[in-house]
Amino acid sequence: MAETAVKEKEVKTAEPFFGKKERKLLTDPLNDNNPITVQILGVCSALAVTSQVYPAFVMAIAVTLVTGFSNLFTSMLRSYIPSQVRMIAQLVIIAFLVSMVELALKAYNFPIYKQLTVYIGLIITNCIVMGRLEAFAMANKPWRSFLDGIGNGLGYGAVLIIVALIRELFGKGSLFAGSAVEMKIIGPSADYFINTTESTLFGWYSNNNLMVVPSAAMFVIGILIWIQRSRNKKLVDIS
Amino acid sequence: MGEFINTFIKSAFIENMVLAYFLGMCSYLAVSKSVKTAFGLGLAVIFVLGITMPINWLISEKLLSENGLFGMDLTFLRFILFIAVIASMVQLVEMVVEKFSPSLYNALGIFLPLITVNCAILGGSLFMVAREYTFNQSVAFGLGGGFGWFLAIVAIAAIREKMRYSNVPAPLRGLGMAFILTGLMGIAFMSLMGIDPGVFAGK
Repeated sequence: MAETAVKEKEVKTAEPFFGKKERKLLTDPLNDNNPITVQILGVCSALAVTSQVYPAFVMAIAVTLVTGFSNLFTSMLRSYIPSQVRMIAQLVIIAFLVSMVELALKAYNFPIYKQLTVYIGLIITNCIVMGRLEAFAMANKPWRSFLDGIGNGLGYGAVLIIVALIRELFGKGSLFAGSAVEMKIIGPSADYFINTTESTLFGWYSNNNLMVVPSAAMFVIGILIWIQRSRNKKLVDIS
Repeated sequence: MGEFINTFIKSAFIENMVLAYFLGMCSYLAVSKSVKTAFGLGLAVIFVLGITMPINWLISEKLLSENGLFGMDLTFLRFILFIAVIASMVQLVEMVVEKFSPSLYNALGIFLPLITVNCAILGGSLFMVAREYTFNQSVAFGLGGGFGWFLAIVAIAAIREKMRYSNVPAPLRGLGMAFILTGLMGIAFMSLMGIDPGVFAGK
């Protein structure tokens, strides 16, 4: 008992580097305060890149980096930004980071850059970035803002990857197509592997083209929201 | 002229910004609770898209491209310049509307400044660059894309107003239902893919 009391005291005086509050900042957006299914932020780009897992994965990393670092920089500069021009100042920070991400992607992974096209640029107007800057980074210290940004990016990425997993598995029968770990999971393998006898599960399954259509993303997210809200009653929309 | 109509019809119906590319989804979901506000926001989007698209075309062709004013490839500045143009145009439009038509200004209210972060505006400009449109096409794309966005938000607002009297399962109420409705509307709009815009262009 005495030992824990001493420990607590130490923690309090030392201002914890990664304590309970910091952990909450990281894990809260994953479920209870998810940017997409609860805060309705950043839906725009979330839907268009989810027809396959690999681009969704790259997009999730890109958004996490941008939210994390834009939160960090804005929080560092927050006392120098006049409130009348804060939107423009924030947009410049975000646009700078997104340009960096775009150039990096263009240089190191051109096929994915081609596939994501305008949606990388659209991270600028992704409401998650702007929303977290306004709601959190303008009023909090840099380290916490950074964690909040990373947490929200991860929450966004989690939904993105879940939706992409469902859509690619049922729409194409494969997972991670286009990457190094590409695999065919269900459906006939003949049209996928050329000159192989490798068989997959459920050879009778034929690809469901509905899942490839953009509208399928809306249905999948709608059903995700349904599942999340029936498990967590306090999120239910009364109106 | 034919090219103009062709692009307009294509961007408004066949490649609808909301239902085929999910642009401007945030405000589309947040502001579609009543038809009146949706109408105001839709009009403002048509207006801003119609103005920013030609300006951004001029910037990317005449300033940033290799045979532009500075004679070098400045495309890495594209994002910052586009977003600056959009933010300042929205500000300008807001001031002009406030000065000359206070009633319209009051009707649009807070939606005008919100348009800066509407993905449909920046997305439109980026699509314009990616598809290498001409000046005429970019004007048509701005107006057509705005009109398509307007159609989609007014339609979903009308449906959501009616949904209030329906018995939807509690966890699906509100946001969940809006997503599923948008998916259904997207499928309905897919039936317009069969249209050949060339018919209107007289080709």
